[in-house]
Amino acid sequence: MSADLISTLQARFPRLTPRPSGDHPAVNAPLEDVVSLLRCLRDEHGFDLLSDLTAIDWSPGASPRFTVVYHLLSSSRAGAYVRVAAPCAGTEEAPVAPSVTSLWAGADWHERECFDLLGVRFEGHPDLRRILMWDGYPYHPLRKDFPLAGIETELPAEDVAAETGTRVVAAPMAGGPFVASPGEINLTEAEPRAKDESWSDCAPQPGHTPLRQVKE
Amino acid sequence: MATEYNFPDSAARAATAAPEVPAEFQTEKMSLAMGPSHPSTHGVLRLQLELDGETVTSADPVLGYLHRGDEKIAENMTYNQFVPYTDRLDYLAPLANNMAYAIAVERLAKLEVPARCQAIRVLTAEMARISAHLMGLGAFGLDVGAWTVLLYSLEEREKLYKLFEELTGARFTTSYTRIGGVTRDVPEGWLGRVGAFCDQFLPMLEEILKLLTRNKIFMDRTIGVGVISRADALAYGLTGPNLRGSGVALDLRKDKPYSGYEQYEFDVPVGTTGDCYDRYLVRGEEMRQSVRIIRQVLARFPDGPWCAPDARRIVAPPKNKILTSMEELIQNFMLVTEGPQIPPGEVYFEAENPKGVLGFFIVSRGGGVPYRLKIRSPSFCNLSILPKACQGILISDVVALLGSMDFVMGECDR
Repeated sequence: MSADLISTLQARFPRLTPRPSGDHPAVNAPLEDVVSLLRCLRDEHGFDLLSDLTAIDWSPGASPRFTVVYHLLSSSRAGAYVRVAAPCAGTEEAPVAPSVTSLWAGADWHERECFDLLGVRFEGHPDLRRILMWDGYPYHPLRKDFPLAGIETELPAEDVAAETGTRVVAAPMAGGPFVASPGEINLTEAEPRAKDESWSDCAPQPGHTPLRQVKE
Repeated sequence: MATEYNFPDSAARAATAAPEVPAEFQTEKMSLAMGPSHPSTHGVLRLQLELDGETVTSADPVLGYLHRGDEKIAENMTYNQFVPYTDRLDYLAPLANNMAYAIAVERLAKLEVPARCQAIRVLTAEMARISAHLMGLGAFGLDVGAWTVLLYSLEEREKLYKLFEELTGARFTTSYTRIGGVTRDVPEGWLGRVGAFCDQFLPMLEEILKLLTRNKIFMDRTIGVGVISRADALAYGLTGPNLRGSGVALDLRKDKPYSGYEQYEFDVPVGTTGDCYDRYLVRGEEMRQSVRIIRQVLARFPDGPWCAPDARRIVAPPKNKILTSMEELIQNFMLVTEGPQIPPGEVYFEAENPKGVLGFFIVSRGGGVPYRLKIRSPSFCNLSILPKACQGILISDVVALLGSMDFVMGECDR
């Protein structure tokens, strides 16, 4: 069935190529064909449910750096699924892809999330603003050049920041708390909280004798 | 100020049909932040509502209060290390999340798990479904003023948590699966206790549902309220009971069976109108069907190994061998430090979870760490219909709508 679908689609969109995939039929499409291809899949092949929409960052310097991926599901043909991938246009810093909100209203939030976390701009999206991070956040955290520990930023609430002089401090986890990176960093440095036991009830407090163990 | 609304509710329609008001008595719209800390926005959803009297004229859901960056974290740890993070997606059904994630990685590794492992996973996923629906039902009842339901449903859920604890060592955050298997086999006599639970649960479930199904207040609050049409449900990518409540019989356990679901007989309940009451009925029936599946699993519970036997670089060797044999010790060490070795490729696996379709899109470049892991969370997609579904309904119906959607912010915000 999967080979059938891909060859039918290729007859209509000659620039499609099959995409290596471990499970389901998948195609690579040029960005210009994406909207018409998805419309064709929705209207003529019964893929009426946009299951997911996301992008992959192939790390800085890669060409193309970003690929958008659409996962389509069919509610009428039991279990039919197809994946469409397309390289983003635009620059490395500001990748661009066409919006499919005109095909599926539900693409709205997926595209907002993709813009928020990866910085892909969807042209034609009615209201492209951040969804998970707060408005005015300066970075796209799921990009490969964004550090896992985060970057210190201004507080989103300006009045609170002006009053208190506080900032949003990045999480103290260089390399991640439990990530094994041999020879690079030891656990105490990687996870300062592992060493700091001041919060613990078990730690002996000054002037306080620990409770004796009661034997049964 | 003469805005036209299309009210499903007769009381609301009557209120707007009032005669024209002179200009000096015209009112302004009110802006109301419902949440992030509000009993009916279960968790930390915030709805920025614009109200005309009691009628919602626009709703803007504000998400991200529980955003942990799970996808970023996943790119920085090994496959097995991410299992505990999947607990915290839909934290009301961690066992189902564990299973979906494990199967996604196993598909990538082209790894077949033995029949016993599949049966354990199906069993725990269905138990998780019951426990999640019990919570959803109780909270829904509570939202629309039926206190008692929660008390009974939580008591039943507690019995399930006792069983989970016995199996996995934890009530809530189970982290039960590993890539290629599960952490441990079922304890002795545990299957019998699951069977005993089912026997006493079914009559109890009928009692619980009886509190709501023909309850006049509950029916008034839910029938014809928060109607989601079939076309809308599909356009917004709704899944799970919310989609089936709108009449689309999409259930991946039937349509794209995984983990041996094709062996079990069960029905997929669907609604007819897509209102809050239909979504409630669907959840109630799904619990009965889950019990049916559990009984079938118990009746033909397979013997044999409970983790993939011939995947040396993916599955940890048995503990007694690690402590006595050099080869297995090295194997375990490599597995812990470098992670299970998964070949390059990409895979997208979706499982039918209690809240809807939970999908994992994993891109691997080989090695023990995913290159990209995207979580398709059902609650995120289900909530995306809110701006449309809330338009023109009364604010008290927003509460009923949210209760019937049964979402979890842990997986919505990730």
